Order: sequence, then structure tokens, then C-alpha cells
Amino acid sequence: MVLQINHVTKRFGTFTAVNNLSLTIPEKEMFGFLGANGAGKTTTFRMILGLLDPSEGRITWNGKELNYSTSHLVGYLPEERGLYPKLKVRDQIIYLARLKGMSKREALKELRWWLERFKVPEYENKRVEELSKGNQQKIQFIAAVIHKPKLLILDEPFSGLDPVNVELLKEAVLSLKESGTTIVFSSHQMHHVEEMCEHLCILHKGKPVVHGSLKEIKRAFGKKNLIIHADFSLDALKQFPGVVKVKNTTEGMELQIEGEHVAQRILSEIAGKGFIRKFALEEPSLNDIFIEKVGDSYE
Amino acid sequence: MNNFWIILHHTYVNKLKSKSFITTTLLSIVIVIAMTNINKIIEVFDGDSGYKVAVLDETGQLYEPFKKQLSVINKEIKLFKSNKSVEKVEEAVENGDYDGVILLHLNKEQLPEAIFKAKSFSDTSLFTDIQTGLQQLKTMLAASKINLTPEQLQKLYEPVSIEKVALEKNAKTEEELNQARGLVYILLFVIYFSVIMYASMIAMEVATEKSSRVMEILISSVSPIKQMFAKIIGIGLLSLTQLTAFLLIGYFSLKQNMKSLNDGFFEVFGFGNIPVETIFYAILFLILGYFLYATLAAFLGSLVSRIEDVQQMITPMTFLVIAGFMIAMFGLAKPDATFITVTSYIPFFTPMIMFLRVGMLEVPLWEIILGIGILLVTIIALAIFGAKVYRGGVLMYGKSNSFKDIKKALQLTKNE
Repeated sequence: MVLQINHVTKRFGTFTAVNNLSLTIPEKEMFGFLGANGAGKTTTFRMILGLLDPSEGRITWNGKELNYSTSHLVGYLPEERGLYPKLKVRDQIIYLARLKGMSKREALKELRWWLERFKVPEYENKRVEELSKGNQQKIQFIAAVIHKPKLLILDEPFSGLDPVNVELLKEAVLSLKESGTTIVFSSHQMHHVEEMCEHLCILHKGKPVVHGSLKEIKRAFGKKNLIIHADFSLDALKQFPGVVKVKNTTEGMELQIEGEHVAQRILSEIAGKGFIRKFALEEPSLNDIFIEKVGDSYE
Repeated sequence: MNNFWIILHHTYVNKLKSKSFITTTLLSIVIVIAMTNINKIIEVFDGDSGYKVAVLDETGQLYEPFKKQLSVINKEIKLFKSNKSVEKVEEAVENGDYDGVILLHLNKEQLPEAIFKAKSFSDTSLFTDIQTGLQQLKTMLAASKINLTPEQLQKLYEPVSIEKVALEKNAKTEEELNQARGLVYILLFVIYFSVIMYASMIAMEVATEKSSRVMEILISSVSPIKQMFAKIIGIGLLSLTQLTAFLLIGYFSLKQNMKSLNDGFFEVFGFGNIPVETIFYAILFLILGYFLYATLAAFLGSLVSRIEDVQQMITPMTFLVIAGFMIAMFGLAKPDATFITVTSYIPFFTPMIMFLRVGMLEVPLWEIILGIGILLVTIIALAIFGAKVYRGGVLMYGKSNSFKDIKKALQLTKNE
């Protein structure tokens, strides 16, 4: 059960939305898709789902192309949430679940289980327009996973949720992964991807600029973050060889440095100048990598 | 195929249960019942129907013969001889006691002359009737002056006998044509009304799914084309349900009213003996017209992303239907005009105008089949084209409400 994206290009007229994208997403993995707005994430998802045909290349799932005969194996949470505002949650979910090949009874049983899990069993007979945005999102999530898909595509699953609901949804996503679902998800909130994904890909203007496992990407990036909290002025470090970026904080400084060796030289430089309360070397965050790779165009 | 039925069922049942549908249906049923009992309603309101006209006869001899003449022309006009002064009677007219006052006198040649006074002349039929009555009275008096015997007079007035013979076989007689006209008029109206109403219902439905973004989930499970046709047929069944309800209720309500069915008001509409053939063609053309415009509406609806833009988008389509209806209205008076024959082959007009011809004239079968053939080919072509636009259209968001978007939508579907 491998999702294979093979040299895929999608053009709309003269505009190239996705440019020669190749990815392999192994089974039972959580794969993160990062990219600025308009980077081509949604277009890629739509091609995976078969809503759009690639201009070039192929997308296969287990060696076969995905189409409507396999749609019951796939779950999709679109970026723009949408449900029938006037329909009751129950009718809505049953309708969507039946379109995925479930029976009415099965769908109702699953729906109740999920509502229970999200601690909102009283919503079964409410109309969607009566629910808050966050709660609508829970219902939307249920619609995407109710038929126990093998491949789950989540486009910005956590946007617009409060922290409690983010945790609730995260737990649900992780438990689906445990039970063997391959999950592809996109976000522009780095910490979610950092926390949950083994593999990821950063898309920029339709091209993958970084691609691989989280650890490898961080190692390959090379640069490290150095955090120093001290009682004396650290301004001299700004000109220190090997320092790439400097950010002043209330208690001291955060430096981006070229590698571990720079940290050692800095330590010997400032040692004895005064009291150092914190000196910590950290892995670069995904955020740093993203900003570096995608650059100014990301906002 | 399974998903097709789920969508069809969902569309049908949900619309059927919706408040707006139930309200419009009930409201329409009230109108249908009212229409089929219109003669009774008119009776209720026109209890004291007819006109009251005061007559001031200066001569003292014109009143009786005038009353006699007028009663032949219109029984509804009641004359009252008055001896009061002109001013008093005028006052009575202004108070609404009379609809008018007529002052009769003789001129120098001893022939009648009159002054007719009324509040206003908004109702021309009263004046016309009085004029005709007076004219006849004058002719009579003039004739007696030159000493014509009553027999001579009768001969003079005897209408000339003309027998109408239609040379074309099966041609409808004037009376039949008039009856057909009434029925065709009503059925044309049903076609017009249904096509506009249900086609815009489809466009709304598609736009609602798109604007609420549920579309993206739907088309990840079902192909847009399957979805589009399930929707068209679902709404189609809904329209048949609604129309059947109207027809049944209309029929039984008319049956209740049966006595007046074959005379008076409804005679004009030819309900006495409804030709089965006309009804059959009405249903056939209604269904074909529905499919044509529903397909058009579905793909136009797929191009907008906000419900507010739907009306604007389908306006050109509505104009087409209205144009067809206008031409058909013209054709009711002159169903054999070349213009009507030609337009009956233009697929967007065929449902109404070919039906008009079939209902009013004896159209050779091959002409009907040709018209239906062209219409069917257009529907299929439009369905194929529409499905392509729909597939791309449902994925397009943004302020899209122009026909340029058709091109954009087609581009999305294409896999170059």
C-alpha cells in the first residue's frame, strides 16, 4: 500500500501549479505537506483523489491509479470546510457515508461512536448551521473518516480550532495512524507537522524544495540554534564568524549558527566574561528550515 | 450505479421534505382550486352584476323600444325610466346609484339622438352596447318612415348565409381551433412555468452545494457527471410529483364543477372533450424541455460560487424560455405562420412551439419526429458539453460569474 507520485506536473493554461513532483509515501505513515498559500498543495491532493488529471506523470496507490472505483478506500477533508447547512448532522453523515459504500445502520453506529469520542453526542439531531465553526469541523472530520479509509488526506485539518479541539483532533488522527491508515496532511503550522509526521515535503511554487524524513532534513540542514541567557552584553557575538542570524530576546540571545563547532568557539569566547545562566544547543525548527527554503515569499 | 441512486434519492426526498417546497406546493394547489372554480368566484363577487342606467326620455315614446332593443344585445343592462331633473339624476350617477344616465330626444328629422353621461368611461363595453342599441332603434325608426313593411325590414336584416368548408383533410374547424387554443394556452403555460421553475431550482441546488463547499466532498466520492445527472433526474421526478398533484387536484376540482364545464366560461378552454393526443405531446415536450434547460442550468450553476450570482448567471437562459413563450403566444393566433414553423425546429424553442403546432394544427408525423430529433441531439450535445464544464466548474472558486469561466472550467477538465 504505497502512494506513489511519479514526475507529476499540472498546468492550468500557461500557469504551472505543480512542477515535476515525485514522492513516495509508505504505508501506515503520516506524511506532511508544507507550503505557502498557492504552493500547489490542494492541486496535488485533488490529483491524488482523481478530481484533476495530471498534465504529466502518474499517481498510483499500490501500483494502481486511484479513481471512483477506489474512492471508498480514500477519505478527504478539504481545506474549505463544507457541509449542507440545513441538514441534520445525522442525515448528512449518513448520506456521505452511503456514497462511500456504507450501509445506513453501519454509518449510524460509527457516527455515534465518533460523536461520543468527540464528546458531542447531542449534536446528532442538530442542523449544521446551528453548530460553532470548531464543532462543524469535528463533523467534517467524521465525514472524512467514517468509512475507515486506507488513505486519508487532510488539508489543513487544524486551522481555525481552539487548542483543546486541536488536541482532540490530533489524538484522533494519531489513533487512526496506529490502526494502519496512511495519512497525508498539509498545514502551514510547522509545529503540527514537526510533532506528527515522520516524512515531509516542502512545496514551493509547485516544486518540492525539501523532501525526506524529519531527522534527515534537520541533519542535512546543518545549521543549529544556540540559545544563550547571560547577565552581560552579547552584542559582540553578532560579528562572530559562523553566526548566520541573531535574534535578541529579553533574557539574552538566540543565534543561528553554521554547526556545532561554532558553538564550542562561542562558549570559549564568552566564558569568564560573566554569569551564563543558559547555554543550549538545539536542533533547527521546521519553521527555520521552511523560512530559509521558501524565503520571503512566505507570509 | 449505486451512488447514482443514492444521490437521486437524496435530492428527491430532501427537496420533497423542504419547507419551501411544501409551501409553494400548497400555495399552488390553492391557486389551482381557485382557477378551476373561477366561475363560482366571479359569481360571488358579481352578485349584483349588470349595469343600471337611468333614462330621461323627453319624447315619452323612445323608452320602450330602446329597452327592447337593448335587452337583445345585453341582458345585464337594466334601464330605469326616470322623471327627475337632469341634475338630480346626475347626482345619483355620481353617488353610484346608477352607472350612467342617457338623455333621449328626437332631432329635426324625428330621429333619436342621445347624450350619455357616466362617471368615467373606463368600461367601454357599456357604451358600445348602448350605442349599438340606439343605432338599431334609429334604423328601425328610419325604416318605418319610408314605409317598409315588417317583412321587408326582416329581409333587410337577415344575415347572409356563408358555409365554411376547409379543403385540407382533418383541418380543424373554427370552433375546434378555438377550443384547442384554450387548452394549448394552458399547457404552454405549464411548460413555460415548469421549465423556468425547475431549471432554476437545479441551478440553485448546484450553487448551494458549491457555495457550502460540500461539493468537494461529494465529487471525491462520486464523479461530477454522475452527480449532475442524478440531480437533474431527481429534480425531474420532483417536478413530475408536483405537477401530478396539481393535475389530479385540478381534475377533481373541475369534476366537482362539472355542470359549468360544458357551457359558459370553460367552454372557451375546450375542457369538455380533452384530446388525449394533446396531453400526451404536452407531457413529452415538457420532459424534453425540462432536460434541455435543466442541463443548461446545471452547468451554469456550477460556474458560480455564491448563491447570489445564480440569478444573474441563468438570466440569459431565462430570456430564451421567455422568448419561446412570447413566440408561442403570437403563434396561438396564427399557428400556421412560416415564422412559427421555422422556430419550431430551433431546439431551444421546440418544446413550446412544436407543441403549439401539434396542439393547434394537423402536423405531419415526420415533422414532429424531426423536431424531437433535433431537440434530442441538442440535449445530448449539451449534456456532454455541460458535463465537461460542470466537472471543472465545481472546482472553481472566486468571483466567477461571467461566461469566460466556461473556458476556464473546460481547461480544468482537460489533461493536456
